[in-house]
Amino acid sequence: MSDRPMNDLPDTAGLRHVARPPKPSAFSNALVFGWRAVLKFKHVPEQLFDLVMTPIMFTLLFTFVFGGALAGSTGDYLQFFLPGILVQTVMFNSVYSGMGLSTDLGKGLFDRFRSLPIWPLAPFAGLMVGDILRHLIAATIILTIGLILGYRPETGILGVLGAFALLVAIGFGMGWIFMVLGLLIRTPTTVMTMGFTFLFPLVFASNIMVDPATMPGWLRSFVDVNPVSLMTTAIRGLMNGGGSFADVGLALIAPALVTAILAPVTLMLYRRR
Amino acid sequence: MTSDAYRESAPEPAIVAKGLIKRFGDVTAVAGIDLIVPRGMIFAILGPNGAGKTTLMRMLATLTVPDGGAATVMGHDLTAAPDAVRSAIAMTGQFASLDEDLTGRENLILIARLWGFKGRAARERGDELLAAFDLSDAATKQVKDYSGGMRRRLDIAASLIVTPGVLFLDEPTTGLDPKARQGVWRMIRGLADSGVTILLTTQYLEEADQLASRIAVIDHGRKIAEGTSRELKAATGSGFLHVALADPGHLDRAAAVLEEQLQSSVQRSAEGATLSIIAKSPEAANAALATLIADGIALADFSMGQPTLDEVFFALTGERTTTDMPEREAAE
Repeated sequence: MSDRPMNDLPDTAGLRHVARPPKPSAFSNALVFGWRAVLKFKHVPEQLFDLVMTPIMFTLLFTFVFGGALAGSTGDYLQFFLPGILVQTVMFNSVYSGMGLSTDLGKGLFDRFRSLPIWPLAPFAGLMVGDILRHLIAATIILTIGLILGYRPETGILGVLGAFALLVAIGFGMGWIFMVLGLLIRTPTTVMTMGFTFLFPLVFASNIMVDPATMPGWLRSFVDVNPVSLMTTAIRGLMNGGGSFADVGLALIAPALVTAILAPVTLMLYRRR
Repeated sequence: MTSDAYRESAPEPAIVAKGLIKRFGDVTAVAGIDLIVPRGMIFAILGPNGAGKTTLMRMLATLTVPDGGAATVMGHDLTAAPDAVRSAIAMTGQFASLDEDLTGRENLILIARLWGFKGRAARERGDELLAAFDLSDAATKQVKDYSGGMRRRLDIAASLIVTPGVLFLDEPTTGLDPKARQGVWRMIRGLADSGVTILLTTQYLEEADQLASRIAVIDHGRKIAEGTSRELKAATGSGFLHVALADPGHLDRAAAVLEEQLQSSVQRSAEGATLSIIAKSPEAANAALATLIADGIALADFSMGQPTLDEVFFALTGERTTTDMPEREAAE
């Protein structure tokens, strides 16, 4: 077929009637969108650069510049800080996926998806698959750098696997916030600005960078219930030891609530557009 | 994999719409439009920017929910069975509905797999369409490196993974160069020959004239005329009288004389000192010319011709489609 001589103009005589195959399952639809996310890694590998540069900079900056002052030695600080930077990375990366959604919606691509007889949430499930892959890749790179710098997970490989599983759950839950922002806001840069404006207080007024013991009481009462602190405590426990199921449960409250509320909102906004 | 299922379906029209309405806040984009599109036809919706063409099409393609009215597409009710409608249609929007980061081939495979084609079948269907649309050579290039014409072709190919009952094309040639436009036109004709019903919107009168068996003219959210291109031209009168003046200073006087003589409104061309007006008969045109000359208005040239669709559109709406006319109240 490919050795047909090239014409100036396309020739549609070869087009035949093609009936639709049996309707695929919702799960199969979602997998196809996951495949799209994987293809994006292949074609746009530089997106990984954006994803890991900020956390790498944070890791190096906090460890070597502030680490000694904050924790007595850079090694002790890295041990404290690394689980937290993983949480921060997952949070920040979710903003980029909201931007990606806003960009996609600005083009006609989602109109095509919406005019296909597929499971309506499949495109979002696919975005989530891509997000989760991004989270795992970024977390692996940061952990590797941590290991090189001297970080040692005290709970071993199982602890790290547990921490990564929890990170995926956190990423999945928090992802809905940025899906909704991506659906509501037409300009991708506004999604980014709003996303970071929302995330900065959450990430910095938490126990990621410092022990909240030295903070004023009013701030500490926020930091103690800040979902980001709860997540960090759980991840830290899983990787550094001393974690409990209760910690993990507390860390999962916010992602579960967000999913329960915003997944239906996402669907509604998507259908209404 | 044959056309039997398609051919055996009931011969009711592909699209039946009654009183479709869509409002965006205070703006009524579509203000009650009826439409019957028979199967296998190329049907054009013609109108200027902002007339409501795209909104009408998006409602019929289940992308926008109507605020009023009802419609069936290939026998399926738009609001009661949107998924059945989606199974029977494909839409190529005004902005390429492609993933720019993926290759042309990956784009087609993506859509094929969403329809339910499995691995190899999806790849084969993609390659088949790439060949049919002369894109085999660009199959492994990212879509962001495609030219406008190639994108349009790939976009339409993506709409044909499963042969649709109705193909919606929203301004299929806007922004294309003349050669690419000819290519898309040929493709559309080929599809119609193979039995696909095509509803397209356009703001180019030539495009509607060239492609469509029937044309609905839409302005300000309402259908103001419908028929074949010949019927629309005939409705405007037997022909147009075009007059070029020797002295542009006589423009106003000449316009007044022509309007009085022919009982119709004059269209002025901004560039030259030319006037066009509907003449009911050659005799009436002759008499009007005689009056002009008797009044001492010298003519550089005059001619009598069939109205073009452009003139038809002007007569119907009081607006030129290609140029902006300051006085738009004329016809309303």
